[in-house]
Amino acid sequence: MRYLSMGGRWLFGLSLLALSGVGSLHAQAPDDTSFLSTLGELREATYSDKATIVERLGKTGHPSTQAVLTAFLEDRLYFRNADQKVFLTKTAEGDPLNLIDPISLKDAGSSPADALTKIGSNNGLRSTLRATVAHFALASPDPAVRLAAVREMSKALNEPAIATLRERLQVETNAGVKKEMATALALAALDGSDSAARVAAVETLKQSVSQDVRNRLALLLDKNSDGSFAEKDDNVRKAAASAVGTIDSWRSFYSGIQTLFFGLSLGSVLVLIAIGLAITFGVMGVINMAHGELMMLGAYTTYVVQMVMPGHIGISVLVAVPAAFIVAGLTGVLMERTIIRFLYGRPLETLLATFGVSLILQQAVRSIFSANNRSVITPEWMSGSLQVNDALAITYNRLYIVIFALFVFALILLVLKRTRLGLDIRAVSQNRSMAKAMGIRTEWVDAMTFGLGSGIAGVAGVALSQLTNVGPNLGQSYIIDSFMVVVFGGVGNLWGSLIGGMSMGAVNELLEPYVGAVLAKILVLVALILFIQRRPRGLFPQTGRAADDK
Amino acid sequence: MSGEKQEPGLWKRTTLVARGTTGQFDQGARWFLIVLATVAIAVPILNQAVPASSPLHLSAFGITLLGKYMCYGMLALAVDLIWGYCGILSLGHAAFFSLGGYAMGMYLMRQIGRRGVYGDPILPDFMVFLNYKALPWFWHGFNHFALAAVMVVVASALLAWVFGWFAFRSRVTGVYFSIITQALTYALMLAFFRNDMGFGGNNGFTDFKDILGFDLHSDLTHVVLLVATTIALAASYLACRAIVESRAGRVVLAIRDAESRARFLGYPVETFKLWLFVFSGIIAGIAGALYVPQIGIINPSEFAPINSIEVVIWVAVGGRGTLYGAIVGAILVNYAKTYFTGAFPEIWLYALGALFVLVTLFLPRGIIGLVQSRGREK
Amino acid sequence: MVRNKRLYIEDLTVSFDGFKALNKLTLYVEPGELLCIIGPNGAGKTTMMDVITGKTRPQSGTAWFGEGVNLLEMREAEIVAAGIGRKFQKPTVFEQLTVFENLELALAGTRSFWKTLRARISPAERKRIDEVLEIIGLTDQRFSLGRILAHGQKQWLEIGMLLMQNPELLLVDEPVAGMTPHEIERTAQLLTSLAGEHSVVVVEHDMAFVRSIAKRVTVLHEGSVIAEGDMDKVQKDPKVKEVYLGE
Repeated sequence: MRYLSMGGRWLFGLSLLALSGVGSLHAQAPDDTSFLSTLGELREATYSDKATIVERLGKTGHPSTQAVLTAFLEDRLYFRNADQKVFLTKTAEGDPLNLIDPISLKDAGSSPADALTKIGSNNGLRSTLRATVAHFALASPDPAVRLAAVREMSKALNEPAIATLRERLQVETNAGVKKEMATALALAALDGSDSAARVAAVETLKQSVSQDVRNRLALLLDKNSDGSFAEKDDNVRKAAASAVGTIDSWRSFYSGIQTLFFGLSLGSVLVLIAIGLAITFGVMGVINMAHGELMMLGAYTTYVVQMVMPGHIGISVLVAVPAAFIVAGLTGVLMERTIIRFLYGRPLETLLATFGVSLILQQAVRSIFSANNRSVITPEWMSGSLQVNDALAITYNRLYIVIFALFVFALILLVLKRTRLGLDIRAVSQNRSMAKAMGIRTEWVDAMTFGLGSGIAGVAGVALSQLTNVGPNLGQSYIIDSFMVVVFGGVGNLWGSLIGGMSMGAVNELLEPYVGAVLAKILVLVALILFIQRRPRGLFPQTGRAADDK
Repeated sequence: MSGEKQEPGLWKRTTLVARGTTGQFDQGARWFLIVLATVAIAVPILNQAVPASSPLHLSAFGITLLGKYMCYGMLALAVDLIWGYCGILSLGHAAFFSLGGYAMGMYLMRQIGRRGVYGDPILPDFMVFLNYKALPWFWHGFNHFALAAVMVVVASALLAWVFGWFAFRSRVTGVYFSIITQALTYALMLAFFRNDMGFGGNNGFTDFKDILGFDLHSDLTHVVLLVATTIALAASYLACRAIVESRAGRVVLAIRDAESRARFLGYPVETFKLWLFVFSGIIAGIAGALYVPQIGIINPSEFAPINSIEVVIWVAVGGRGTLYGAIVGAILVNYAKTYFTGAFPEIWLYALGALFVLVTLFLPRGIIGLVQSRGREK
Repeated sequence: MVRNKRLYIEDLTVSFDGFKALNKLTLYVEPGELLCIIGPNGAGKTTMMDVITGKTRPQSGTAWFGEGVNLLEMREAEIVAAGIGRKFQKPTVFEQLTVFENLELALAGTRSFWKTLRARISPAERKRIDEVLEIIGLTDQRFSLGRILAHGQKQWLEIGMLLMQNPELLLVDEPVAGMTPHEIERTAQLLTSLAGEHSVVVVEHDMAFVRSIAKRVTVLHEGSVIAEGDMDKVQKDPKVKEVYLGE
């Protein structure tokens, strides 16, 4: 997965905050000299001494404290060998290093790296640092930063931290942060001795869905080697048992939602492919076996666009959408004009001819880009994930793909129902000779329809490039699934493609954890064959006499 | 999607191709059988009697190649029987071919015995490797050739029957049928890739030692296998011909050209399609069974959908609805494939792709059709 | 209670997406009669045939062939075996088979795959085919492929195929569409000669043709019967004039 860990995001937020110099916890008058001298002690100190120094620094209340400690945490704290003066640097590594003055937090020129010595830290020290920095972050105006700070603190709770949390809980306004604080305090209270307080703490923790909390509670249920319970207090144990049960069921509920969402995002790709097929297969009666390869062209277009504009990965994806539409669409128009138009009314022949085209396209891509997979970079704004709660995170790239698929679906629906081209397409598909008699340029409409279907395949390729590597076999691996969607949904029905694609994606993902990916695919196929028994024309069949002539 | 409206363009242009009602052999069929007989006689002589130094000597490689082409010819015959005569385009016939191959492969694996790398008397190497403790139940008895031979037929027939029963009963026709056959072979490929299926997973079966006690590394065994394949090909050709020439064959043609008319005449269209499909599946299965000992390996990639689609193009190139044309097409295309993949590997897929396009556009009746119409003009 | 009819159709309703192709249609066919059904486009003529032959299932109503055969519970092939033959609107003969072979396949007799595999034509069957060839006037074309026949000849061949099955009820959909006057005349003779031995139901647009053959005419409109009787009576019916004859 290509998203930043929560911790990474959190640090990123903290350093921004620190550089802007906002937020000091204590209102005491700053004393630059004593701050500098305490800071200076770090140069020589052992790691355990450094931890004490860090704690002392935390108590000085100097406005630069947070920035300095954050820099320390991120390995950006150095001293100059010549004058033993401590500096922050803008980056952890590099030569020369850009210096920042620890008091004013302004630029202080630069220095060659070998003239500086890094003030090192180890794991133990870093956890102290994190806790101390988190302390500051609790006062941040941004609830996300506060939330992250609470999480950080709850990993290593000590008396002062608990006191701070209690104090901040009174003034905290954000519900999410409040809940996290309560959870942290309850975790701390578990270690206490008052039975009632501990039961109350368990009750509070019951509302959490975090894995850490669950594991902590589960510890209370452990047995010693002699079979006696590690936890002596029956009430606490009972409450913990019920709390673990509750948390587990919530967690499995959320993981179900997550799987469902995965399924829907996979389904969205199928929907995008199937919409294109529904147009070429359903409206025109053409079996386009090269549809997958048109999608592959779309994915390669994304790759090329990214190569062309390396500095603008963020917008390159947006540029790739119309580019892929045009590349795949033009290829489709070319196919229609040179091959398919001679084969109308003979679906099995179009199947063979377009399969030939698919082989040629695959080999062409191999010749141009080599047979190796290419990876398309996911832009910043599509990376990461939306953390709904401790048990449910939705990755942005999948979220955007679902939204994108729905958007394209709506757009195509609009094109077919509300535009002149859509009207022409429907007219030609229903009664070609009548449409021709009414002055519709049927040949042009054929080319445009095929181009439209192919273009959508290209657009699907853009979406797919965000989920998987781009290679010459990309098309083949999805085409069978998407034909299944069309058969399932009912030929030529866009709504059928939408519901068919989404449900096939969801069923696939929901089955996978139980039976494995391969068996899931086989089961879906078998289910589909059985489904065709009941509904030979799919979910949304065309009815009436016209259907027989298709 | 009623059958009669599907392919008017093409069928209108076909004429009485190799479908004499008199039961006599037309010229093409006669020539075809003569060529097969010549191969069956000449190959043993060219390999065994002609000294290796002579330019006329047929190498072991040549024999294997010929054997492969013959097996592919049988597969093409099977596809032509249902596509050319009944309009059922199966894009999954490689599934029957591979099943037949696997059944034969199981026998060959059991024959290895202690000569495997791990030297287990019962378990084939891959099972030892995958920590099998005992032979899976469906492997029992495969040390007997007779059972394996029966299973070749039963497995492919059963798959064809079950699948066909479901598909035809629900009147899945035309492209729908093609698509789900393709999905069928794809699903089987995925299944056979699994190690826990008990069929060797990814690697399939290989390193065969002997068949019916004859060493698979000797030229003579290969010559015998090739002759057996040639006989099987001729026999299945004659069997297909017999079906096509019978009244049932005319019903099949009737179904192809006007399915609902045939139904209103009272013919159980589904039953006709089903038995034809099963018969076709069996021929494909036997072809696969003959293929494996000659090539020496069978693995899940044989199930790949592209293999099945390639068969269709062999048939189209040769000329569908002619039976022997399909076999000629299979041999020609595969000869070209052997040549191209050796000489210009880059070009092969372009050539194959172009072949698909050009044949459907310009040669709808294939080479045999072209030859026949030339013949008539003279 | 009506009795001794060849075909009973009562209260049949078929709708496609809310459009009622048949609306409580009730209709009877007498044994051996030649009944003509007329009606404007969309009146439900073809849908009615589809229901009788098992191609379409109605939402409600009944269809009995004689007293004992419930058509709604049978599959197409069974309905054919019970003695109902249908000629489609568009002539459909087997184009890649000869006229003789077309008739051979239509022969009453085995329909099993295994038996047809070994079936040989018997002298009696050959005689029957020759008879029918005579009736439909295609004796000279017996070895021509179906596809090279003229339009009218295809129609006759199809009627001939129905005759081979010796059905009790013949359903004939627009037999003279696209025929020359001479062909129409021959078709009229053919159909009239079939009535008596068979019940014949003809759906047709050509009024002159209907007048020339019909004893009894039924007029359909919007899925129901609006008039019945001989041609003169029907033509005078004010409702028929309004919806069909356009006066």
